[in-house]
Formats: sequence, C-alpha cells, structure tokens
Amino acid sequence: MGAPDMSDPYGDRGNKDRSITKDSGAELKPGAYSGTPHEGAAGEPFLIGDAMTGGYGAGPDILHNCTVAVEKGEIAVIVGPNGAGKSTAMKAVFGMLDLHGGDVRLGGTSIAHLTPQARVSEGMAFVPQTQNIFTTMSVEENLEMGAFIRRDDFRDTMAQVYDLFPILKEKRRQKAGELSGGQRQQVAVGRALMTQPKVLMLDEPTAGVSPIVMDELFDRIIEVARTGIPILMVEQNARQALEIADKGYVLVQGANAFSGTGKELLADPEVRKSFLGG
Amino acid sequence: MDVLNALVAFSNFVLVPGIAYGSQLALGALGVTLVYGILRFSNFAHGDTMAFGTMVVVLVTWAFQGAGISIDPLPTALLAIPFGILVTIAMLLGTDRVVYRFYRAQKVKPVILVIVSMGVMFIMNGIVRLIIGPGDQRFSDGERFIMSARTFKEMTGLDEGLAIKTTQGITVITAIIVVLLLFWFLGRTRTGKSMRAYSDNEDLALLSGINPERVVMVTWIIVAALATIAGTLYGLDKSFKPFVYFQLLLPIFASAIVGGLGSPLGAIAGGYLIAFAEVTITYPLKKVLGYLLPETLAPDGLVQLLSTDYKFAVSFVILLIVLLFKPTGLFDGRAH
Repeated sequence: MGAPDMSDPYGDRGNKDRSITKDSGAELKPGAYSGTPHEGAAGEPFLIGDAMTGGYGAGPDILHNCTVAVEKGEIAVIVGPNGAGKSTAMKAVFGMLDLHGGDVRLGGTSIAHLTPQARVSEGMAFVPQTQNIFTTMSVEENLEMGAFIRRDDFRDTMAQVYDLFPILKEKRRQKAGELSGGQRQQVAVGRALMTQPKVLMLDEPTAGVSPIVMDELFDRIIEVARTGIPILMVEQNARQALEIADKGYVLVQGANAFSGTGKELLADPEVRKSFLGG
Repeated sequence: MDVLNALVAFSNFVLVPGIAYGSQLALGALGVTLVYGILRFSNFAHGDTMAFGTMVVVLVTWAFQGAGISIDPLPTALLAIPFGILVTIAMLLGTDRVVYRFYRAQKVKPVILVIVSMGVMFIMNGIVRLIIGPGDQRFSDGERFIMSARTFKEMTGLDEGLAIKTTQGITVITAIIVVLLLFWFLGRTRTGKSMRAYSDNEDLALLSGINPERVVMVTWIIVAALATIAGTLYGLDKSFKPFVYFQLLLPIFASAIVGGLGSPLGAIAGGYLIAFAEVTITYPLKKVLGYLLPETLAPDGLVQLLSTDYKFAVSFVILLIVLLFKPTGLFDGRAH
C-alpha cells in the first residue's frame, strides 16, 4: 500500500470515500466488432462463436481464431488451464470483448454487432461467474427481475424454476444474499431461465462450492439441458464437466487446442496427460 | 403533578418540534439516499433542490392567495405542492439531460459526480435567489394551531401548556403518507423493484434487460417530489429563506449517513435521531428539570448544553462519531 499519488489529478483519489460515493463494481462494457459477419453454413451449431479473434480495446489479442459452439439440446463445455481465455471466449460470445476477426451467430444470423443487452432480447441468457444475483432482494424478486423484459404472465416459468430448484421455493421470501454458495448459484441460474432463453451461458457455475454441492449443481444443469435449452459453459473442473458434456472445447492461450465430444476428450491420451492429470 | 408538568413541558419544547423537524429531515434524507443508491453519488444540490421546489410552491401559493383560492383551515401551500413538484421534476430532468447524462456517458468515477453536483448546487442557488430574492418569505396561512397552549391548560388544569401547530400536524401526516407510498413503490411495483435491482447490481440489471436511463429518470422524478414536499413542510413550519435550505444540507446528509447511505429505512431513523439530538441539546432544560428535581437540586442556570447557534455542530459531531465507529451507518444500505 503506497501513498496515493498526489501528482495525478485524474487518479482514483477520493473515490473510495463511501460517505459520498458508491462504487458500482460494474464492468460490463459492450465490445466493438470490426470483423465481417456472414451467413452461417447450413447445419452449423445453433450458437457459434466462429474463429473469434480479439481482446480488450487496443490491448493485445486474447483470443486467436477461437471457435466455440453449442447445438440445440446439448451441453457444450469450455475447459482449459488457468489463463487460457475460457471466460474471455464466453464474454466474446456475449458481446463483451472487442472482436476484429470472426463472427458470432445465433440460429444462422450474425449477432456480432449487438450489445449484450440486445443479445438478451434475442434469447441469450448469461450467468456471470461472480455477482450473479441481487443480494439485497428476495429469491422471488430475483426471479421477477430475471423476467423483467417479459410483459406476459411469467408465473408458469417461475413454477418451472421452482420445480427445478425446490430449495428456492422454500426460501423464496429470503434475501438471496443470505443463502449458501450453492443456493446462490441456483438463484443465478433460475434468474437467467426466467426469460425462457433459447440458449443459456454459464461462466464457472461451480466456482467456490464444495464437491458435494458441485455434483448437485451438475445434476441440475443436466436437468435444465433436458428441458431443451442448449447450455454453453466454462468449467474449472474439467473431468466432471466433460463427463456431462456433449461437446467439449479445450482452449490453450486463447486458441482451440482440442475439441470433440466429452467422451472423446476424456479418452484422448494427450488431453488426459495435459489437463486431466493422467 | 410535577412529573406531568415536566412531561408536558418536554413534549411542548422538545418532542413535538423534534418529531416535526425529524420528519422534514427524513424526507430530505430519503431523497439524498435514493440518489446515492441509484446514481451512486452524494447529491450536494439536494438542499437547493428543496429550495427550488419550495420557491415554486411559494409563488403558486401567492398566486392562489391573490386569486382568493384557499382550503381554510389548511394552508393554501398544500394546494400548490403538486405544481411545485411538476416544475421541480422538469428542472431535475432538464439538469440530468444537460449535465449528469454527459458524465454518465463518460462513465466517470462517482467522486466526479459529487463535484458536478456542487456546481449544480451553486447554479440552482443562484436561480432561486434571482427569482425570489435572498430574504425571508412567509407563505403560511390558515388555522395556526391544532391545539394552543391556552386550550391545553384549560382542558387539563396543568401549569404547562402543550401547543401543536397545524404545520406540525400536517408535516407528520404528510411524512407518513409519503413514506408509505415510497416503500410500497420500491417494494411492490415492477419499476420500484427494478430501481432496487439497479442499485444492487448494475451489470446484472443490464443483463436482465432493465433500462438504466429509465431507472435514472424515475429516480429524479421521485427525488423532485420528496425534495419539494420536504422543503415546503419545512418552510411552512418555519419560514422560507434560500440560505437556510442550503444549510439544511448538513443535517440532511448527517441523517442519511447516520442511517446508512442507500437505505431508505436508515434515512428515516437518521432523520429523527439527528432532529432529536439537535433539539434536545440546544433546548434549555431548566424548566423540565425544575419540575422533576427536588427544590434544593433545582438548577440555577438554563441547563442548555449548547446555544442554538451551534445546532449544526450537533449534526456534525454525530456524523463524526458514526463515521468513526460504524461507518456504514445504523442500517447498512450496502449489505451483501
């Protein structure tokens, strides 16, 4: 902790005084797109981040010709070592990275120029890794806010979410911030499901929860996928994730290293040696 | 009998004025806390927003009085409040359009918005003085007392009188209605919930399709109504003088911070706490103690802990104590 730099008038000085300012913690920035969008090939996956290349602003590229995709009714998992750009690939698909190459298509149409909010309206739902619930609001209010863009009656959807996550129904009047880690993740996924999305994107849904809770969350995710919603997720726990995955992508340094079905990757000696600990 | 007299004297000089003043501070602090929670900065222009709103109410009241419109025994100003609110809404939305929106688009640090609000404060301050002048304006009319000290003495036969001014009664009733409406709005309506969601987690609100510009607009509309009502109630109770409203900023900020910035419940608790502290410490307690203590112990002096000139020091000291020992306030508005 050094002394604040008095010579920099535009620095962060004074901005941490919580008696006059409140930090939003907001980091969601729409990315710029300067690639060339094109129509998708026939029979390509429902959601595809196709040969994405880009980074943040004028910084170096983080993704290099990186492709991730998910088919209808399937679970696709992005795995890889720390710093491989897994979450970045996810952000790129959701429009939070500056892309200057490649394309993102949903149902064959390019959505690469859309803001994240516009992608929500297009039927994409995203659950961030952290700060993914409204902590000061009740569980039920969290779900209501998830359905904010819907003007129709969303009670059916809420009942479905409660069926998927019975614990949420039990705790629906409780503040979401008071729940355990695993329950919070269920609120986060439940909130995202309230829009009745065409595709669900999860950024490390099991980060920071115990192994038992992790298994339960994976079971729930499989159940969500069974309702017909394609799921694209980033996972730290590569082995368990690949076990439930229809499709897996192993990223290394922002590029595709291996891809295949979950079973293929689990059986691949190269993948086993480098990422799954033998 | 002496105990009763002491109680009545205390009610008359501390309790009743304290409740009225506390309600006014609470309404003011609610405005500050809403801006803090949603726009994420302390709005230094709030005192002058109150002055602006009250000025409009005063002008409309005079027009009504001139035209012979009245709702006697209630003050005509009550009739003028809706007009004051509408003009203040226009003023705040205009300010947001030409000033704050620019800085929001740059995504500036909140501390810059604090300084920007100071600029807005000076301009609003100037506008109010240009239009109505810096002097004291009275605009209260109608019945002065709900119960005068004389009536109370006749009714009860006590030596001490208890007076309740009409403006004090109106203040408390209005404050209760406004607070209930505000809590209903924030807790039950779709728009109110979206405001709380935006205050809680900006990114997630965006991902849920909540439009920030709309949240900001609704916030300014509510703040305009709160500021105009708080200012008018204060002006009716005392008098309207622009500089006094600028000074009110300190007890209002103290209320909001003591209660916990961002927490509406805290703003209300803080308002009453600051008001009672201020009134109790600056009121000479000689009379009350004279009734309660045996004659030999009766105080010689006034037992006034601080002269009324120092009433702002009371808010300031409470503010300092809270910031030192419980900086998040009594009710943490940023609980996670």
